[in-house]
Amino acid sequence: MSETLIQTVPSPLHKKKFFDGNMVALVIIVAAVVPLPLLLESGQESVAIRILIFAMLGLSWNIMSGFGGMFSFGHAAYFGLGAYSSSILLVNFGISPWIGMVVGMAVAAIYGVIVGWLCFRYKLKGTYFALATFAFAEMLRIIVQSSQAVNAAVGYNVPLIKGSSWWLMQFPAGSPNYFWLGLILLTGCLLATIMFARSKTGQFAVAIREDEEAASSIGIPVLRYKLKVIAISASIGAVAGVFYTQFYLFIDPELAFGAYRSIEAILIPVVGGVGTIWGPLVGSVLLAPLNDITAAILRNPPPFLDFLQGQSGLDVMLYAVLIILVILFLPKGIFGSIKDKVTRK
Amino acid sequence: MSPIVSVEHLGKSFGGLRAVHNVSFNVEPGEVLGIIGPNGAGKTTLFNCMAGMFPPSTGTVHYQSENVTSWSDAKLARAGMVRTFQLMRPFGSMTVLENVAVAAAARGAKERDAMAQAWEILQRVGLDHYATRTSKDLPTAGLKRLELARAMALHPKVLLLDEVLAGLVPTERQPVIDLLLSIRDNGVTLLFVEHVMQAVMALSDRVLVLNHGETLAYGTPSEVVANPEVIEAYLGDEVTNVDSK
Ligand SMILES: Nc1ncnc2c1ncn2[C@@H]1O[C@H](COP(=O)(O)OP(=O)(O)OP(=O)(O)O)[C@@H](O)[C@H]1O
Ligand SMILES: [Mg+2]
Repeated sequence: MSETLIQTVPSPLHKKKFFDGNMVALVIIVAAVVPLPLLLESGQESVAIRILIFAMLGLSWNIMSGFGGMFSFGHAAYFGLGAYSSSILLVNFGISPWIGMVVGMAVAAIYGVIVGWLCFRYKLKGTYFALATFAFAEMLRIIVQSSQAVNAAVGYNVPLIKGSSWWLMQFPAGSPNYFWLGLILLTGCLLATIMFARSKTGQFAVAIREDEEAASSIGIPVLRYKLKVIAISASIGAVAGVFYTQFYLFIDPELAFGAYRSIEAILIPVVGGVGTIWGPLVGSVLLAPLNDITAAILRNPPPFLDFLQGQSGLDVMLYAVLIILVILFLPKGIFGSIKDKVTRK
Repeated sequence: MSPIVSVEHLGKSFGGLRAVHNVSFNVEPGEVLGIIGPNGAGKTTLFNCMAGMFPPSTGTVHYQSENVTSWSDAKLARAGMVRTFQLMRPFGSMTVLENVAVAAAARGAKERDAMAQAWEILQRVGLDHYATRTSKDLPTAGLKRLELARAMALHPKVLLLDEVLAGLVPTERQPVIDLLLSIRDNGVTLLFVEHVMQAVMALSDRVLVLNHGETLAYGTPSEVVANPEVIEAYLGDEVTNVDSK
């Protein structure tokens, strides 16, 4: 091999720094949005917070299904288990949602590992695996909905406190702290994703996604790593559920475990870029404000859309149109397609 | 010396189809065993059973005097018995370097070491200038080398190579044959399935001929090519048509 050839290769050994491009981007993005709640009106702040929640949910799905290639149609389960774990502990025992979050992450991870193990034991793959995750999430919803012990269909109201408490994750309406709390959690989730993607587990996950038998043939314990990836994904989903509950101060079986939540979890990374670090964030920035935009249009439609006055379902239609456009023109999602363009010189 | 690999009465059936039947052989450490036979003879199935991809229906496989018949492919690979695939199976979205590094990591190398080792192996197999390319963009010859590189990252003691030369044009073959010889010179035991007789003759210490899942002949390369049954079942058209496949 000639010297010149070797030198033209950008030696990959130098690329493995802790502060790589992704970390720098994370620091810049976080620093840039910290002052945001001071600039936004309260209506806008709630949209910003929905973006944070969506991003966490999307990141969660992206770990298991984007990086790991195990298509989940039941991410509501992890979200819901997080939301319910913290609510039950807080409402019944006055336990801080921070502790509730840790418990919720563990509960979601354990649930994910059990369901995953059952699916893989019976060799469910692809569509069948997705359907199984959906069925298990629905099962959770139905169980919760019919269990008096967890308030059945009524759900939980987070008991209100006076003033602000970081420990109880509760602030007066309109407080910028909600945004900052969410930002801290989202930063944690993004950091987890960056670390995951470069970790051995993340690399094994991608190898397994690309070719399970080949992965196994080079010594990767496939089942163990699939379950590990599910556990990581589930924990992040639980964080989203806890923060959701603390912000809206309310959770019920439909909001927590409903199929709509699972669909959200899929759409966010699909729009942004499946299996990329930043895709879910891009997707959430686009999707989270849709509800508000459509609600505003429906309330006060421009003249040519008069017929929409008082209708509902426009957000769902817009979702559908957006998805179709993305799948048609940007099959790797918005971030994924841009990344491809940039790296393919 | 005791054999490093020992296959006894190995059989595998798919439903009614007897893909491999009652195959036995021993391989000494450092030996090169060539495996030939017509299409559908059961060569790949034999490798699949030996490598733990699925269990054989009958018989046993011993590796380093241990009964590994029921071991998983992953466990065997980590223990040093590694196979490559006839149809190349790269981790398509990963770079060439990452493909090899992930194998080194699976063996237990730390992240930074895995990268460094992968880099060395890529230089050795001549893929270093493709290191940062996405692996699915490699041409066939590159993919074949990548299969080899990935297996080498596991520091194998035994390599099961399934048609590494297939799909290569004749001028691309010699470098790969040389590479296999250098791997052998490092003390790796090679079992290789191959249709290219030139390579079988050049590399093998012994040759196993399979036909309809059964052992048709077993011996030195010159013994085997002189065997009338082998000529009839396999070499007849293969000698005149070396470049088929
Ligand atoms: N997983 C499987 N399920 C069912 N039948 C199989 C399976 N794998 C192989 N076979 C059958 O077993 C027989 C032997 O196949 P095998 O792939 O081992 O042959 P081979 O010697 O490797 O052939 P080739 O030279 O074409 O690679 C064939 O008839 C094949 O169709
Ligand atoms: Mg074959």
